[in-house]
Amino acid sequence: MKKEFKVIADLLPNNSRVLDVGCGDGSLMNFLKEEKNIEVRGLELNQENVQKCINKGLPVIQGNAETELHQFPNQSFDYVVLSQTLQAFYEPEKVLKNLLRIGKAVIVSIPNFGYWKVRVKLLFFGEMPVTKTLPNTWYNTPNLHMCTIKDLFNFCDEKNINIKKVVGVSEDKTSLIKKSNLEIKNLFSKLGIFLIG
Amino acid sequence: MPSLAGLFFWMNRKFENINKITINKPLKLDCGKTVKNFPLAYETYGKLNENKDNAILVFHALTGDQFVTGTNPVTNKDGWWVTAVGPGKAIDTDKYFVICANVIGGCMGSLGPKDTNPENNQPYGLDFPVITIKDMVKAQESLLEHLGIKKLLCATGGSMGGMQLLQFCATFPDKAFSAVPIACSSSHSAQNIALNELARQAIMADPVWDNGKYVSKNVQPKNGLAVARMVGHISYLSEKGMQEKFGRKLQEKADYEFSFNADFQVESYLRHQGYAFVERFDANSILYITRAMDYFDLSKQFKGGLVEAFKNQNTKFLVISFSSDWLYTTKENKDIVIALNASGADVSYSEIVTDKGHDSFLLNEPEFLKTLKGFIDSMYEKFKNEKRI
Repeated sequence: MKKEFKVIADLLPNNSRVLDVGCGDGSLMNFLKEEKNIEVRGLELNQENVQKCINKGLPVIQGNAETELHQFPNQSFDYVVLSQTLQAFYEPEKVLKNLLRIGKAVIVSIPNFGYWKVRVKLLFFGEMPVTKTLPNTWYNTPNLHMCTIKDLFNFCDEKNINIKKVVGVSEDKTSLIKKSNLEIKNLFSKLGIFLIG
Repeated sequence: MPSLAGLFFWMNRKFENINKITINKPLKLDCGKTVKNFPLAYETYGKLNENKDNAILVFHALTGDQFVTGTNPVTNKDGWWVTAVGPGKAIDTDKYFVICANVIGGCMGSLGPKDTNPENNQPYGLDFPVITIKDMVKAQESLLEHLGIKKLLCATGGSMGGMQLLQFCATFPDKAFSAVPIACSSSHSAQNIALNELARQAIMADPVWDNGKYVSKNVQPKNGLAVARMVGHISYLSEKGMQEKFGRKLQEKADYEFSFNADFQVESYLRHQGYAFVERFDANSILYITRAMDYFDLSKQFKGGLVEAFKNQNTKFLVISFSSDWLYTTKENKDIVIALNASGADVSYSEIVTDKGHDSFLLNEPEFLKTLKGFIDSMYEKFKNEKRI
């Protein structure tokens, strides 16, 4: 989702050092490098994706974020980015704490389970929702811990994680999310992008 | 089969045509001794371009030599890394200038224990000084100087070649733009040392070895050396790979012979590998090179350990390991990645899934070769741009 890349790039200052956890084929890393001259590193599980990153000359470490984040020293990056993968971990809380240890700040984006189309599907059709941001069916989804923007908001509050900024992305619009407009934005945003730490 | 004496003569004759430089600069070895005016044999492939930015240095493994690809002129067999290096290959010699030197302590033209000791005009044998990986690497740095290469596009090597590479990067941090250590370790484990000791003891138990003095008698402790090679060969395969390749298959017979001949294919394979090896390698060289590997512990050389060893690295690394390699495991390779990460170096890492064990880096492993090629080609683009700026 190009819109998401743009929001993430806008949150990052030029020339910062960024770790992209679950970097896929390196599209976001490439974008950040070219747009903002950011020094990027990636962590990726899939062999084919690792190879794609290497072919592009992007530094990538093959590994599992769930078990292998310990290799990165404390505060070794200005920012750690986790794009749409938090919900796929066995222990998202543990992963998030690790990301906050590695980065001075963390950007987490989540597909919003509170999006109105998702709610409609579940409420009126009684089926697990399948949408553009949640393309899998219940039996083959990698998503183990779906949550809403509101859920992550509350989670950060509970765990005393400092929320610096939250951006909601709907069709092609982005908007700032605050406590005052949380209910409505939680209904109309497909994606929530959190800057925390 | 030619007699061994004849064989040595034949090998020596071939040796005259090997590329060599004489390193005049005294080299102070880690053991305290100094060598000077010594030969370093090497081979190159492809052409060094005008900008001198397409040079790739390859470090060879324990039983390798400088003949990386094409036909080895001494053995008349394929070069040891013909799968990865050559025209159109992952390391494309149409594009890159590939250099490989025989390590000191070796037996393919560089200073080694079968050479003549200038002090007594006898072959060195065990009077040869004990060398280390660092000594090997320092000697090879002189070759780069001789070839007029200030900065390599890339340096690479598997197994002991990877150890030399790590040492090279730690000792000469500005000499390589990029580096690909493959299936190696930053220090030899107890298991590695034990296997090397097994190889050494096999050689030393052969009466022909005679405390290393066999060279002057123009013989070779071939039984011991063959066993040493067999030990190596077992460690280069994986349990699964070996089972798939040989299983319990019999060697050209329908049933057991009820003897100690090579009934099983795996026995026949080991014997063949062992005895083919004695025709091209010197037993004392195995002693010296395995010792160098055992002494290798990069973190011991630097206060503060491995992270300190890689401090101030501008080199871009790609570490590669193989899932079924039990000689230099994924974990050992990952430790290198962790240290590089902690020191802030630019590092990539890939684990290739395969059943072929440690040997994988020498074989036609498509995922491995694709990764290697992708990295080197992208580094070349970066290096050219950096030079332009």
